[in-house]
Amino acid sequence: MPRKDITSGNWAVAEAMRQINPDVVAAYPITPSTDIPMRFSEFVADGLVDTNLVTVESEHSAISACLAASVSGARVMTASSANGVALMHEIFPIAASYRTPIVFGLVNRCLGAPINIHCDHGDSMAERDSGWIHIYCEDGQEVYDTMIMAVRIAEHKDVLLPAFVCQDGFITSHCFEPVEFLDDEQVTKFIGEREPLLSLLDVDNPVAYGSLALTDYFFEIKRQQVEAMKHVEKVYNDVAADFAKITGRNYPLVDKYKTEDADYIMVIMSSAAGAAKETVDKLREQGHKVGCLRIRLFRPFPASEIVGALKGAKGIAVCDRAASLGAAAPLFTEIKGALYDAGIHIPANTYVYGLGGRDFFPHNAEEAFMDLINNKMSPEERYLGLRE
Amino acid sequence: MSSLKGWKDLPPATTVPASTSEAVQTGQWRSMRPVWDEEKCIHCLQCWIQCPDKSIKANADGKVTGIDYFYCKGCGICAAVCPKNAIEMRPEAEFIEQ
Repeated sequence: MPRKDITSGNWAVAEAMRQINPDVVAAYPITPSTDIPMRFSEFVADGLVDTNLVTVESEHSAISACLAASVSGARVMTASSANGVALMHEIFPIAASYRTPIVFGLVNRCLGAPINIHCDHGDSMAERDSGWIHIYCEDGQEVYDTMIMAVRIAEHKDVLLPAFVCQDGFITSHCFEPVEFLDDEQVTKFIGEREPLLSLLDVDNPVAYGSLALTDYFFEIKRQQVEAMKHVEKVYNDVAADFAKITGRNYPLVDKYKTEDADYIMVIMSSAAGAAKETVDKLREQGHKVGCLRIRLFRPFPASEIVGALKGAKGIAVCDRAASLGAAAPLFTEIKGALYDAGIHIPANTYVYGLGGRDFFPHNAEEAFMDLINNKMSPEERYLGLRE
Repeated sequence: MSSLKGWKDLPPATTVPASTSEAVQTGQWRSMRPVWDEEKCIHCLQCWIQCPDKSIKANADGKVTGIDYFYCKGCGICAAVCPKNAIEMRPEAEFIEQ
């Protein structure tokens, strides 16, 4: 029987990890993801998992240990945030090139300065070209479910890429809410055993990873990674369909909330979608045809799904919880690019919100929707919840 | 470039099966190419002795037969030691295959 409990986003990740029972976890604590390795270390100490927990001296060492364990054929997981993620940066593209299906609980927190422990997406957005899968979750249930799905997606033979499962620091990671858990046996059965393609410990089939590849082969190896990314959407959809069969919970690439007949659509990611959806309901009661499109899969970017959801709109508001200083915000850039490729020119406003954990309220969402409804459109970046 | 594999034929994940440097075409690094003139060559084998990459081909009779470009990085030692100027260093750009 599935059990339901009141838990936090971080504890939901740790519980998923207990049930997944990875071979190796190498982690270094950093706020707000500290709870994940902390709670998981209790599971290790209590003998509830078979995991080799590697306690290291830095995040760089954590991800390096994860990389080495993964190419050795182990199922590997870790977690981090903000500056920890930034310190790991050097190893991320290597993990992607080595095709290590590491599943990573990424708890979004802004990158200083000024020093700040709260949420924005600046840490993971800085890794968007590192070759990892990025999935952004709205709440604790989704975080738990996505950790389990991500193992299957990352390890699929057509994909073999590491995956970030992102949740909003404190807002989701520390908020206690009801989460329904699968039985341990269901998780074990759902994820199966990892079947490594080329294990370093397979002495009968020796291989070298990461040899020098200069002008001759580097480009071709990047092209292989491009191809792997192209397979993610199909594998994701297959895994999500299997997951829905056992849980009844559906997780499409993008979450379309009342977008079907909407004239005006807000595009947003992660926990802020809650305030956006509440505002959609309120404005619908007032007769405005509005909707919310939440992007769950950010890498690879599901452009055609997004275009399909936006193409009938008269105006869109793209809300980024990250700024690209000196250029347009990352989600906005991607949305514009997707629409351009589809030959669709919808007026679009770009809003940056929530930097450094600034709250995103329904009245902030309403402000953006009213800009669309009142045809106040322009290309300049706008800010929600910022003091002038 | 035509002797190199395309991305579809490469092993995955940066791996190299049964790794050895023997099969690595380090001649890719070359920007100047030694070109041997058989008519000027007196087969003194100075180039064969001095080449750091075993790239001067010679036969059992002690005759130079040509240059193996697979490892040759174009250092130019062969051309420098040749007493008859039988080896000319030419820019690799002249030999680009389309």
